[in-house]
Amino acid sequence: MTATAEAAIVTEGLTKRYEELVAVDHLDFQISKGEIFGLLGPNGAGKTTTILMLLGLSEPTEGQARVVDLDPTRHPLEVKRVVGYVPDNVGFYPDLTGRQNLEYTAKLNRISSEVFEPRIQTILEQIGLADAADRPAGTYSRGMRQRLGITDALVKEPQILILDEPTIGIDPEGTRELLELIRNLRDDRGVTVLLSSHLLHQVQSICDRVGIFVRGRMIAQGPVRELAARHVAEEVVTELAVTNWERAGEALWTVPGIKRIDRQADHWLLVSEKDVRPEVSKVLVERGIGILHLRRRDEGLDEIYTRYFEEEGSGRIN
Amino acid sequence: MAELTEAVETTSPPRPPERFTMGWRVVAAKEFSDHLLSIRFTILIVIVGLAAVAAVYTAAGGIREAAEQIGSSDDIPGLFLKLFTVTPEGSRLPAFFAGIALLAPLFGIAFGFDAVNGERAQGTLPRLLSQPIYRDDVINGKFVAGLSVIGLTITTLTMVVAGIGLLRIGVVPNFSDIARLLIWLLVTIVYVGFWLALATLFSVLLRRASTSALAAFATWVVASLFALLLVGIVADIVSPISQEGNAEEVIENARTQRNLSRVFPQALYQEATVALLEPEQRTFDVLGLLILQSPGSGAIPGPLSLEQSLLVVWPQVTGLIALTVLCFAAAYVSFMRQEVRA
Repeated sequence: MTATAEAAIVTEGLTKRYEELVAVDHLDFQISKGEIFGLLGPNGAGKTTTILMLLGLSEPTEGQARVVDLDPTRHPLEVKRVVGYVPDNVGFYPDLTGRQNLEYTAKLNRISSEVFEPRIQTILEQIGLADAADRPAGTYSRGMRQRLGITDALVKEPQILILDEPTIGIDPEGTRELLELIRNLRDDRGVTVLLSSHLLHQVQSICDRVGIFVRGRMIAQGPVRELAARHVAEEVVTELAVTNWERAGEALWTVPGIKRIDRQADHWLLVSEKDVRPEVSKVLVERGIGILHLRRRDEGLDEIYTRYFEEEGSGRIN
Repeated sequence: MAELTEAVETTSPPRPPERFTMGWRVVAAKEFSDHLLSIRFTILIVIVGLAAVAAVYTAAGGIREAAEQIGSSDDIPGLFLKLFTVTPEGSRLPAFFAGIALLAPLFGIAFGFDAVNGERAQGTLPRLLSQPIYRDDVINGKFVAGLSVIGLTITTLTMVVAGIGLLRIGVVPNFSDIARLLIWLLVTIVYVGFWLALATLFSVLLRRASTSALAAFATWVVASLFALLLVGIVADIVSPISQEGNAEEVIENARTQRNLSRVFPQALYQEATVALLEPEQRTFDVLGLLILQSPGSGAIPGPLSLEQSLLVVWPQVTGLIALTVLCFAAAYVSFMRQEVRA
């Protein structure tokens, strides 16, 4: 794999070994500029170690990484200048206000106060923390801390944003907002985003591509849909809702290929070997049954993920 | 959302490397202001300040009486310095310099024990290190900040005490007195720096701030209370005194004790203080002291000049600096080799 001009992050045979343990094992992957890449895997898979190597905070035992065409081990300062990092369980100085914490980051990045003061204010407003900015960071909730972490990473106006487990400990609504925020950042600013997570269903919606990372090895990568098509396609699940359930039940049994019907509260799930939507709609329409809802259900990443883990013989999901 | 995009340059290549980044300055400035606003700073300054002022107040009373008896105070060399070293009879308070010697390690430990593990506990260390600074900027900046706060405090304290003393005894210090006091201040800052470096080392090695504070305090207590005991035992083994106990053996034993005690920063600091603030102190050699005190020695007791006193304390000061540097180097190296996430 060679680095192209469009690649923001490239790794080649990246390996990290601690005495006995191989934390990251010959990792090859590439993230294009402007892409949102999800590094998915269970806890302890080596995600954080990989991220630390990308930032030059940990030295690879073997192989190398290139971030914006620079080797993070040899040019850590240049890399850290263009990469914003929100660590797992990001922390702030509790006695300083949110704003003071951000100002410290700006000073460490050699940004002059004329530049950083308006910039911080703008980002705070965008992230929705402007009201809380002058409160001590120690009083922030987990979700606010996470958002302050993203604000903090944006102070240096990074080309690449790396988020380690951004959705941990945040309620579903907060998670949705956070992910939308990340997507907007990419759309508006063109930043490349690398996010790691072990909670797939949360992040799959915003990732252009994902890599499934288990025990130091990347066992699959690509767009979610492609991964699903490549490895699954044994069963198709179709959601159905009709006007007359009793007559529909009889009709459906005439459709070849339907293996099972799961009756849910307000819809049925048709489990079949292939896509049966044309046949189903034809049969139902012929009998004068109204179709309220007919949709093929995409296989979620969770199922894919579980499947990979099972194939790996691990099967452990947190 | 959209108004932000103009300000962003996402396609710009990385800026050229700056040769000299001085990231430690930013870290030091932040740590310095944190220290000054911290509660521990207030507590320490109240404790040490009260002790110092009380010590000088009583000492000044004693000196004034003595000076009045002699008459002209200008002729007594180092009278001004007596302010810092004299314990009047009947007073239970230690002299200023003894108090500082006792409490200075507190300052060092208080500003260093959570330097690195505190950042870890708050989860700020990975964020801090992901900024464009070198890793040693963090520990250097913290050490500089700690030392600056301590230096500022002790200098201020000494000046206040000198001021009170001046008002109380009305003795104008001469150039040599002032020079001795300033050099003593520098030596004191180095001494506190040793404890700061030691506490910083513990903060790197130990995960929890409470553990590292305890370890640093334990070291301080052991080194203060048990040092003499340990030194005595070892000296008796190295140069034993026989049953008859001739003079040579006794002197040799005492010499070994004194040399061994110089492994401890307290002993070095104490000797340096005595030589600097008491111009009459001519040597620390056991035999030399005996000869000076014997009536037939022909030595005229009298104060040493500043240069001569400096010669006397040079080895102690060098030793103290070496210990401090060694301790900081250990903290530095272990911090540089540590994993960010551990």
